[in-house]
Amino acid sequence: MDEKEMIARRVALELRDGNLVNLGIGLPTLVAKYLPVGVQVSFQSENGIIGMAAAPEHGLENDTLTNAGGGFIGAVAGAASFDSCMSFGLIRGGHLDVTVLGGLQVDETGQLANWMVPGKMVPGMGGAMDLVSGARRVIVAMTHTAKGEPKILKRCTLPLTSVRRIDLIVTELAVIEPTEEGLVLRETAPGVTTEQVIAATAAELIVPASVSEMPIAA
Amino acid sequence: MSKAISLPQAVEMIPDGATLMIGGFMGCGTPSRVIQELVRQGRKDLTVIANDTARPGVGIGRLIDARLVRRLVATHIGTNPETQRQMIAGEIDVELCPQGTFAERIRAAGFGLGGVLTPTGVGTSVAEGKRTVEVNGNTFLLEEPIKADFALVAAHRADWQGNLTYSLTARNFNPVIAMAAGTVIAEAAEIVPTGAIPPDEVVTPHVLVDHLVEKEAFNG
Repeated sequence: MDEKEMIARRVALELRDGNLVNLGIGLPTLVAKYLPVGVQVSFQSENGIIGMAAAPEHGLENDTLTNAGGGFIGAVAGAASFDSCMSFGLIRGGHLDVTVLGGLQVDETGQLANWMVPGKMVPGMGGAMDLVSGARRVIVAMTHTAKGEPKILKRCTLPLTSVRRIDLIVTELAVIEPTEEGLVLRETAPGVTTEQVIAATAAELIVPASVSEMPIAA
Repeated sequence: MSKAISLPQAVEMIPDGATLMIGGFMGCGTPSRVIQELVRQGRKDLTVIANDTARPGVGIGRLIDARLVRRLVATHIGTNPETQRQMIAGEIDVELCPQGTFAERIRAAGFGLGGVLTPTGVGTSVAEGKRTVEVNGNTFLLEEPIKADFALVAAHRADWQGNLTYSLTARNFNPVIAMAAGTVIAEAAEIVPTGAIPPDEVVTPHVLVDHLVEKEAFNG
């Protein structure tokens, strides 16, 4: 199991039956593959559908059924399509239970930066700022470091996506919960020590008396 | 009364330097025949207000490829390296806007509102130079309406009068841009006689549509 798959399998355990869920592009998309048995959720794609499903086989695609990256998708029976105002009304209006997004940096206050690297990468924020501002629960799924450099920092150095405190960070090393007091280490991955997590993190971690081992969805 | 006009006629109405809202999300729901004709007629110095510029060779990406766009208001350009190249080279002026805010700014213009108050972007670089407003103890950004000279709408089905329906994720920004432009030009995959679309299924009422692009003739 590679690290991205492991992160996706752990994030999948955060989803609850009946949730409306929006998965960001890249790693977060993998989460859909590892939903625990008995948990049924609805996936929103912000370009205008609830009930997104895997694409049909090649040759059976519908030209007007695509995801936010422009790729073909399918739809479950009972899916609903709508325009962009409705789609972002769902997101901003508190109707979206969970969003899972990638991250470039998260800091001690739980603020996320994930939309640009000045001078290097200016893709635009797309729906990320609305998702982080509006979703009831924001889970950041990301590798713990990038090229050996910590991504969890005292303060974000990249432009923020939102000033809102995100709810959970899941990496291949740990599960960390941003709280009012700071970043609390909740779980460490199998075979990973608390010291290893601290060494790979450039922010202060609050380590409770008991830190559990990260469960991974089957 | 039919609103149908030929594709070249529709595009001839659009002058150089016009501000265009264009429907679509990564090419899905973008009026591709109108785009193609804009390129063929070489309409230039355009301001484009659209979610994205898709990819080179796809949807609005074709206007970028042909260097017809001077200014762009969009939410995401990461999928089109040519847009980014032109932006870095200073050939195109790009304003990036959060997607939900983008939709609401267009809606505000089309629905006669003076702006929208959104929590999105508060405290970030998006808030620079904008007013904030406190309502019931919460802080919101005041985002101003955006409108255009023309809206280029892609519909699934149109009737001769211009009532429009949409299909699945090709709907996206099309209904809202049809509210926010001086002249609305619609391109539909199918054109049916007036009365064939049940009133409950009409998403964009005909009064909003000024011109309907004639169907491409395949036979007859």
